[in-house]
Amino acid sequence: MIDVKNLSKSFGDHLVLDGISQHIYPGEKVVVIGPSGSGKSTFLRCLNLLETPSKGTITFHGTVITDPKVKIDQVRQQMGMVFQHFNLFPNMTIRKNITLAPVRTGLMKQEEADELAGSLLQRVDLTDKADAYPSQLSGGQKQRVAIVRALAMKPQLMLFDEPTSALDPEMVGEVLDVMKELARDGMTMVVVTHEMGFAREVGSRVLFMADGKVLEEGAPAELFGTPQHPRLKDFLSKVL
Amino acid sequence: MKPSLAQRFATAFLEGGRWKLYLQGLGTTLELTVVALIFGVLLGLVVAVVRSAHDQQRVGRRNPVLGVLNVLCQIYTTVIRGTPMLVQLFIWTFVIFPTQRNKILVAFIGLGVNSGAYVAEIIRGGLMSVDAGQSEAGRSLGLGYFDTMRFIVIPQAFKNILPSLGNEFITLFKDTSLAQAIGGMEMLYYASTIGGRTFDYMPPLLGIAVMYLAIVIVFTWLQGRLERRLRESDRR
Repeated sequence: MIDVKNLSKSFGDHLVLDGISQHIYPGEKVVVIGPSGSGKSTFLRCLNLLETPSKGTITFHGTVITDPKVKIDQVRQQMGMVFQHFNLFPNMTIRKNITLAPVRTGLMKQEEADELAGSLLQRVDLTDKADAYPSQLSGGQKQRVAIVRALAMKPQLMLFDEPTSALDPEMVGEVLDVMKELARDGMTMVVVTHEMGFAREVGSRVLFMADGKVLEEGAPAELFGTPQHPRLKDFLSKVL
Repeated sequence: MKPSLAQRFATAFLEGGRWKLYLQGLGTTLELTVVALIFGVLLGLVVAVVRSAHDQQRVGRRNPVLGVLNVLCQIYTTVIRGTPMLVQLFIWTFVIFPTQRNKILVAFIGLGVNSGAYVAEIIRGGLMSVDAGQSEAGRSLGLGYFDTMRFIVIPQAFKNILPSLGNEFITLFKDTSLAQAIGGMEMLYYASTIGGRTFDYMPPLLGIAVMYLAIVIVFTWLQGRLERRLRESDRR
């Protein structure tokens, strides 16, 4: 689905991603772990070009999206993204947050979008918040809304950038539950996270990143069970 | 015998219905302020959008037209903010439009162009004050740059720039008095004419100073109320 070739990104002199090549298959749940500053968020943000790669190519469904001529808005409509800090629009109601993009991009009419928003909110148990504003919601509720806001575009792929890192501990569970359900429904997902339990349970493949490189990858059972790379062993001993 | 203070004020304001002249001047002053402000805000908005659009372009996809526009906008704000208002007004009057008789028209242009440069920086600051995550969220949903600006960034920026915009209005309102120097018949023009005619400058000048002050105080109060109302919607 997404093919990443030799992807590098540097901010000034600082090389954040160092020649990453990866392929993400439809239905896969790729979980990216690693110490902070390892480049995992930058990797994720390159996938929908929120960061422009310095080198390398990214191909999505056969389209080289790193080509400057590609209409990036159309590509992004097929990739949902969930941010660490939710980034709900504070000037709109929850319903409007969800329906704005599908309506403005011509994906559906307002009535259709409203209906979809209703059923999506029901799915995450927030039906009664449709007319509330983001400031009235808890962190966990905001993140659940952010997830369905991305889903309203009917994306083929969901990117999660540390979706639970800004949450109070008691709210992490409710957000992970939504993500697990999404995974069960067969959504292709790339998740940057510090939740090792989630990585183990949901991930079909785990990437361990450090210093802008993927140092080790594999099914969660082997990666967590028999880590090979010393950096990974060191990392796991700290977080587990 | 010297005339009493009351007599001096009566001469300056009541004799021959002179108060009408002050009101006429006040009308022109307000007209100058409003027209120049509208002109300035429109100009400022365009400049601010060009400049922030240019700054937010993705590396390697820079639009050359936008680059040229950005340089023009930068020259505009630099020159206007770097030279005195009165000098600009003189240049408009004596260099650019030496044959234009309607000095108020020249003042509209001079004040509007001046104000636009300041408003541009105010709006640009407002756009930058909105968290980058907001436009990232908009763009990640597949919304284009202009939709993201229109529905997400600008509405949030507006609240942040209101205080500075009010400040600019007050500055502009007082700066309209500079139009007197190019023959614009606003408040100061009438006050100094009457001062000259009655050989007594103190009453008319104090009089218009009070008028300026009163209007600024009322405006500041209105602005405070508007800001309080916008803040209330924050708490909800």
